[in-house]
Amino acid sequence: MVSAVVSARRLEASQKPRFAPGDRVHVPARPVLGHCRTPWYVRGKQGVVIVVHGRFRDPERLAYHFPGLPAQVLYKVRFAQHEVWPTYGGGAGDHIEVDIYEHWLEPVR
Amino acid sequence: MAPKRKLMPRKGAGGRAAHDIGGLSFGPIDRAEHDLALWEKRTDAMQRLLTSPGKRAFSVDGLRRVIEDYGEQAYDRTTYYEKWIRALRNLVVEQELLTRAEIEARMAEVRTRHQQAGRQVSKAKIPW
Amino acid sequence: MHEDDHDHGHQHGAHAHAHPPLQKDHDAGTMGAYEVLEETLRSLLIEKGVLSAEEIAAAVDLMDSRTPALGAKVVARAWVDAAFKKRLLKDTRAALLELDIDIGTIAEFATVENTPEVHNIIVCTLCSCYPKMLLGVPPAWYKSLAYRSRTVVDPRGVLREFGIELPRDVEVRVHDSTADLRYLVLPMRPKATRGWSKAALAAIVTRDCMIGTALPRLTAKANPRRTRRAA
Repeated sequence: MVSAVVSARRLEASQKPRFAPGDRVHVPARPVLGHCRTPWYVRGKQGVVIVVHGRFRDPERLAYHFPGLPAQVLYKVRFAQHEVWPTYGGGAGDHIEVDIYEHWLEPVR
Repeated sequence: MAPKRKLMPRKGAGGRAAHDIGGLSFGPIDRAEHDLALWEKRTDAMQRLLTSPGKRAFSVDGLRRVIEDYGEQAYDRTTYYEKWIRALRNLVVEQELLTRAEIEARMAEVRTRHQQAGRQVSKAKIPW
Repeated sequence: MHEDDHDHGHQHGAHAHAHPPLQKDHDAGTMGAYEVLEETLRSLLIEKGVLSAEEIAAAVDLMDSRTPALGAKVVARAWVDAAFKKRLLKDTRAALLELDIDIGTIAEFATVENTPEVHNIIVCTLCSCYPKMLLGVPPAWYKSLAYRSRTVVDPRGVLREFGIELPRDVEVRVHDSTADLRYLVLPMRPKATRGWSKAALAAIVTRDCMIGTALPRLTAKANPRRTRRAA
């Protein structure tokens, strides 16, 4: 659904997103130099894509005054809390959802 | 007493960055409510204006990047708006809207003016 | 030791003590270095024509006009109008525009719904992203190191501190706002509010209900059938 005013940071989709809702994905444990919006606690973890948010300018480039292109597809990824935290003390069905850019996700075979 | 952080290598060594605190331990949550001071509201206003599509001096991501580079001690011991006004200062200089010399000169003038009006003014310096 | 997110020079001990709200009149008390810096940057940027005093004042007024009452109005509408609720969950920006609420270009919004099976709670571990263009400025605790760090790993402990205890078979779902989405929790409508007006419903929706750290509470005062005035 298109609304009258959209975020300046959201761009129209042109290419097909790499992942779809329901896909299992893995967050690689890469060393990071500079600005990054993939939190430490999900690195090396596996989750499931819940929502495909669309394309956004890449914050890792925007942070250094680049236009942030090519835009990255942004995904809402759901993780099981007991898989993220070794000593998680909450419910077995508890989850955490994190918005992660496509270049920070790998497919799980 | 310093907040407890897990000992991890700092960013650059590929480790957890200073701002990336999900899962660390900082004790109980202080739920006291606070009104914002006018200077804090103006900081927020300037940040929104300078990062807006109409002005595009820099992005909010640039401000975050600067804040993330402060290091643990400064990060943990400054308030939210203290972090943001310092970042605004660094970005306007980075983008050559103002010079460091202009800012330092004006800081001195502002301090003097308020002191002459009878107010106590901090002499603390804000690291660049 | 808790995150000291207000203007203090001293450290806190283990005991809690009350802090009065910060003075709105910034001429009271010592002028801090950061306050000096704000005046410095504002005056220079105005002189250089980068910003004007009028647009800064208008931007301050705009944020002052965004309050939890606005969010409560949206929640109340979603509670009484199932089609609107569906639209709100599918495209929050467009649904807010229906109510003449323009969230601007800073970020996108998304709404997550509390159900009997799922309780949602919002955090931004990396900074303090928050749906400001609807709810106004976040509370100090939302921006604190303690809330940001602990909500992801111990959400039930955080909820307990806020007075909410959930059974183990209810899923606690944390949303970390790491990118351009800002999240709003749509709380569950209490069953005892059948027949209430939108205004009466909005009155029981607090800011914390829309963050996920509170549940709408019915009180004797809240029930419109107990008051003489029209709700």
